[in-house]
Amino acid sequence: MEADAKGHFGVFGGRYVPEALIAALDELDAHFRKAMGDPEFTGEFQRMLRDYAGTPSMLYDATRLSAEAGARILLKREDLNHTGAHKVRNVLGQALLTKRMGKGRVIAETGAGQHGVASATAAAYLDLECVVYMGEVDTERQALNVARMKMLGATVIPVKHGSRTLKDAINEALRDWVTNVDNTHYLLGTAAGPHPFPTMVRDFVSGIGFEAREQCREKTGALPDAVAACIGGGSNAIGLFHAFVPDDSVRIYGFEAGGDGFDTGRHASSITAGQTGVLHGARTYLLQDEDGQTIESHSISAGLDYPAVGPEHAYLNDIGRVTYEPVTDAEAMDAFALLCRTEGIIPAIESAHALAGALRIVPALRADLVREPTIIVNLSGRGDKDMHTAGAYFGLFEKGSTV
Amino acid sequence: MSSSGTLFDRALGEGRPALVGYLPAGYPNVAGGIDAIKVMIDAGVDLVEVGLPYSDPVMDGPVIQRATETALAQGVRTKDVLATVEAVAGRVPVVVMTYWNPVDRYGVDAFARDLAAAGGAGLITPDLIPDEADEWLAASDDHKLDRIFLVSPSSTDERIAMTVAHCRGFVYATAVMGVTGARDNVSDLAPALVARVQATGSAVPVGVGLGVRDGQQAATVGAYADGVIVGSALVQAVGDDPSLATLRNLVTDLAGGVRRAC
Repeated sequence: MEADAKGHFGVFGGRYVPEALIAALDELDAHFRKAMGDPEFTGEFQRMLRDYAGTPSMLYDATRLSAEAGARILLKREDLNHTGAHKVRNVLGQALLTKRMGKGRVIAETGAGQHGVASATAAAYLDLECVVYMGEVDTERQALNVARMKMLGATVIPVKHGSRTLKDAINEALRDWVTNVDNTHYLLGTAAGPHPFPTMVRDFVSGIGFEAREQCREKTGALPDAVAACIGGGSNAIGLFHAFVPDDSVRIYGFEAGGDGFDTGRHASSITAGQTGVLHGARTYLLQDEDGQTIESHSISAGLDYPAVGPEHAYLNDIGRVTYEPVTDAEAMDAFALLCRTEGIIPAIESAHALAGALRIVPALRADLVREPTIIVNLSGRGDKDMHTAGAYFGLFEKGSTV
Repeated sequence: MSSSGTLFDRALGEGRPALVGYLPAGYPNVAGGIDAIKVMIDAGVDLVEVGLPYSDPVMDGPVIQRATETALAQGVRTKDVLATVEAVAGRVPVVVMTYWNPVDRYGVDAFARDLAAAGGAGLITPDLIPDEADEWLAASDDHKLDRIFLVSPSSTDERIAMTVAHCRGFVYATAVMGVTGARDNVSDLAPALVARVQATGSAVPVGVGLGVRDGQQAATVGAYADGVIVGSALVQAVGDDPSLATLRNLVTDLAGGVRRAC
């Protein structure tokens, strides 16, 4: 799907930002379009992805998991990329574009710290100054990632306003950008925000899906029956989905964070909640109260704990091309444990949501196809960062625990 | 109740720039916010901006962020903002300054209808550009409300012309690249921006905002702008002194400033 000239996917997307940022967004859009048509830029981007980030990531036949699942599960191993997630693709693309625009400074927001670490990595690699905004609550919860960013040469600024989490870090990064837009690029971490970010981030991460599509054909001789990814802001998901959207035979599933359960109200399932509005520069689905004030999201997975979603997902939902469903914390953690035990892979809790959702759809898919289905699951990140959460969840830190 | 002509008519009729004062509704609470705005009107503002507190105020610096957080923590609602407008309207024009999502959520036409019924004159929309504003352009026409969009030092001449063409009441020139907040030196980007707006040939007056904190600065800005917009310094004054004497003195000083500017 391509947005219109002003960045609208249907009624979604666009630019709901201060006029002060419009010139910078226009400049970014112009540079981005030009760069993507320039073999020098795309060639360098591909070289960095291959030599530095370690892509194409493998499409792995998870046979023991498949036996448990009753479907052939192919895992797109984005967890094996440098920095441990799909996010490296986006930050390398944007950092290279920053150099091309002649800017020397990048700013980024981060929730759990993954995008902050990836941004700091790309900034170190390409010799850019890097400032990361992180909610004060998150800097306390994720001290190790703060240390990583600092080791990589970034400045980490704790955000002490609002809910002191990811959405407030985005607000603060936008404030910095309005002030310093002359020499600064805002290295946004997901396929959300004002145009051209949703399109640009998608295109930088779309290798996930294009690689997986070819790898699946080579491996199985056919396209998959379904593809599945987790949805926070939605960058790993749109990166996987983009290549498959034109393939009518491929069912596409996005799994939102269901937190304690959708009915409890403590979740991050903005599409399932079904209310549209504008947040962080785009029209999309978001969690809001009766007056349009943003409601805080809840998820065991910090990377999915965001009260809105990228606008292209909002559109893909409305046209019925992608099915979005919530996956609870408990379902995700069951899938997390299952993958650890069957395949010896510790996934990011984000990615465990995708896996849990995929396992859930198997019976219906089998019944419909009357054969074993093939499902590609985006294993968007590795779980090292989540061991504190997982350890607490499974009681591993309790004396005498055996799980 | 749209102003006829421009929102700055009273001041411009006296041959001086207008003083525009911003305070958020509901700060320190709904009744206190109404009292503060009345003090501001008594002490000489020509136009009131009532802020609608919002959870994600990306254009605002720390002073206004803290005030609107306080208002939200007290449970201020959109209907309280409209009630505040109704309570203070009549003596000078009153506009609402709001991020877009609360209006979107309320329903653009419904909000315009209720704002007009409350005696409000229009909306300042810091994160709504004319490119995305079709619904608001229609609703503001239907309910005869003014619409104040922003221009910035980074705006191209084409965008300034387009934006000014969609403005009614006045056009809001953000004088610095950055968020709201009082500054020691008001921006040197402002005179050039005002000149670029005037070069469009539009009759819409230009208000300059972001950074003004005293009468001297108001006089400086008023020398080249049709209106001087003050926000954070007033909010700070309300927070520092619940008796509102500091607010009254500051507005008196600012009102003197715009009367010295010519």
